[in-house]
Amino acid sequence: MAIDIESRTSVYDEEGRAVEELVLNVGPSHPSTHGVCRIIAHLDGEVVTKAEPVIGYLHRGIEKMAENRTYLQIVPLTDRLDYVGSMYANWAYCRAVERLAGIGVPERAEYLRVITCELQRVASHMMSIGSTGADTGAFTMFVYAFDVRERVIELFEALTGSRLTYNYVRPGGVAADAPEGWLDDVRRVVGQMPARLTELDRLFFGNTIARGRLKGIGVLDVPTAIAWGASGPVARGSGVGWDLRKSDTYSLYPRFDFDVPVGERGDAYDRARVRLWESVESCRIIEQALDQIEPGHVKAPGLPRLLKPRPGDAYDHIESARGSLGIYLVSDGSPRPYRMKVRSPAFCNLALLPLLAPGHTMSDLVVILGSLDPVFGEVDR
Amino acid sequence: MNIDELREHLCATYPDLCPLFSIEFGDGVLIVDRGRYWSAAKDLRDLGFDRLGMITAVDGIDDFEIVARLTAREIGAHIFLKTHVPRDEPAIETLTDLWPAADWQEREVYDMFGISFRGHPDMRRILLPDDWVGHPLRKDYRDERIIRRPDYI
Amino acid sequence: MALVDKIGQSLTGAPLVLTNVDALIDWSRGQSLWAMPMGTACCAMELIAASFSKFDFDRLGSFPRPDPRHTDVMIVAGTITRKMAPAVKRLWEQMPEPKYCIAMGNCAVSGGIFYYDTYSVVRGVDEIIPVDVYLSGCPPRPEALQDAVLQLRELIRSRSIAQGREYDRVYTLPLPGGERAGTTDPGRAEAADVLAGRRPKTGGDE
Repeated sequence: MAIDIESRTSVYDEEGRAVEELVLNVGPSHPSTHGVCRIIAHLDGEVVTKAEPVIGYLHRGIEKMAENRTYLQIVPLTDRLDYVGSMYANWAYCRAVERLAGIGVPERAEYLRVITCELQRVASHMMSIGSTGADTGAFTMFVYAFDVRERVIELFEALTGSRLTYNYVRPGGVAADAPEGWLDDVRRVVGQMPARLTELDRLFFGNTIARGRLKGIGVLDVPTAIAWGASGPVARGSGVGWDLRKSDTYSLYPRFDFDVPVGERGDAYDRARVRLWESVESCRIIEQALDQIEPGHVKAPGLPRLLKPRPGDAYDHIESARGSLGIYLVSDGSPRPYRMKVRSPAFCNLALLPLLAPGHTMSDLVVILGSLDPVFGEVDR
Repeated sequence: MNIDELREHLCATYPDLCPLFSIEFGDGVLIVDRGRYWSAAKDLRDLGFDRLGMITAVDGIDDFEIVARLTAREIGAHIFLKTHVPRDEPAIETLTDLWPAADWQEREVYDMFGISFRGHPDMRRILLPDDWVGHPLRKDYRDERIIRRPDYI
Repeated sequence: MALVDKIGQSLTGAPLVLTNVDALIDWSRGQSLWAMPMGTACCAMELIAASFSKFDFDRLGSFPRPDPRHTDVMIVAGTITRKMAPAVKRLWEQMPEPKYCIAMGNCAVSGGIFYYDTYSVVRGVDEIIPVDVYLSGCPPRPEALQDAVLQLRELIRSRSIAQGREYDRVYTLPLPGGERAGTTDPGRAEAADVLAGRRPKTGGDE
């Protein structure tokens, strides 16, 4: 006997069954959203048809706060933008201030900036690859990657006193010189790192299950990557060989010999492997910098305590672990900026999620989000 | 390509944009009128600027200044495109049909400043809750919840 | 515990612990605190680092569970903004009693570095949920977080489960179905007031 069930939908598939789309709220607090991001996913069975990220759950008004702080007081705020990579966030801001105020930086300070930024890049990529492992279920990968990250954080703790938000790179140089023996410690840690990273590559990216989970997921082609403003490993995973350290080279990077790993297919596998091999290249850069560094000043001499740049505006950017991080400062001649804008690479990369997600299953949605590597302090500011 | 080569290239291809180009703090800046904004952006895209870095706004007291930053990867050049929008009528054309990257950037400018972009596919707030009243980055935004930092210097 | 152990030993000659059920339950509850990590910002990185191999959290019996219905303690790590506050409140309400909260980091304690000049930060998570242990630091070290869990253990042991929980004030975020039903976001309620003319507009759109 047929049972007549009242259906809430009027859509029927080819066998006469009622089909209804499920709207699932992957809420702001979720174990796998890498931070506070809400995704409104429209699902057909288990397949995502539409995914819309809702952001702003960590919007703290840093750009408004910067208008009431002096240029030096903003440096700790930039720490908290991309909190997995405070060193390079500080550096991007200091480059913008130095461009605006016309301050030169002594060479030893530049070497220390390069060394700390590249170490920070390794730590940030370990966080990202580790979460990729956790997203696919390989929790051990997360713990192994964090072990590498802990070595770097121990070095930073000896240098700056803090484990996560360092406030180290200042306009005109760095906060303080490296303590005695620190550079030898860096050399020791960085000497062991490539072997460890290659082992991680074999353990995780060589595993059949990880390959099955990551290959072919979230494929981003080159024209879309360029048109949507993707940068960093997200763009390089698709084959766009654009790295600010090479193409728009800044600071001391012309002196170092390093490669920029580029992927082929643009899927989550390529993006994650680009991050891993970038960390290995960072170790190369650090070793060269350690060979070249000379004793000297670490702060620009004669810098006024209260910076008052002349009126105007300036933009400067660096290659962070997520892409091209830029700071745009507008000055009106007073000790506080008139406007500070942060061009956040994670914000621009996250706009790709509605394009990459449709057609994949719910569990792949999380993997795609992880492969775009958002850090919500930077996305929401 | 450095700044002077960029200037020559721009002047050769689009002579009417040439007097609007200047160099400030080491970066090329092109300041156009509101009516010329979209067509100047299209001209720059045809010139080779295939990447939009950011679109933002600055609240001058009399008007808003819209600042866009474009990059040409092949030739290795950057340029600022700036225009002014009056305060009582804050609206301008969208750039999403030229570069889709403008989508979220313009939503953020709308959220923070209240400048609406004509032709944008999805013009609504992005960072603040949907029913927030006011646009925080304007200089005359008043909110009794804000506690102002004392002036220590 | 040590005193009653000695008494037991002298009476019977064997290791023996005399206690009451209350104290036993409170002691064992503290030894197995499953934590809900409400990690929003930078402190979440230190929360994760505290759970991993260098500063293992598992040896304290503490285990991160993402579902509030399985947990005893919510560790609020990071800045809470006004957009996120209803979600935190709702998850707190979903946790079963007895429940505790650790406010980790300066932002959760008082708003921290984001106290001044910002329009969207809740100044301290104790504006919306009751907090038992305040842990300051920006971010606090993982060892400090583990110390906070140990302090919480002391607190649990000193307060009997039989007594129930008293809160010292009303936590005013409105809930669904209450007086301002359908407006769980404070910004939304204020917006409704403005649109109905009950409150003047703030901001520069005039």
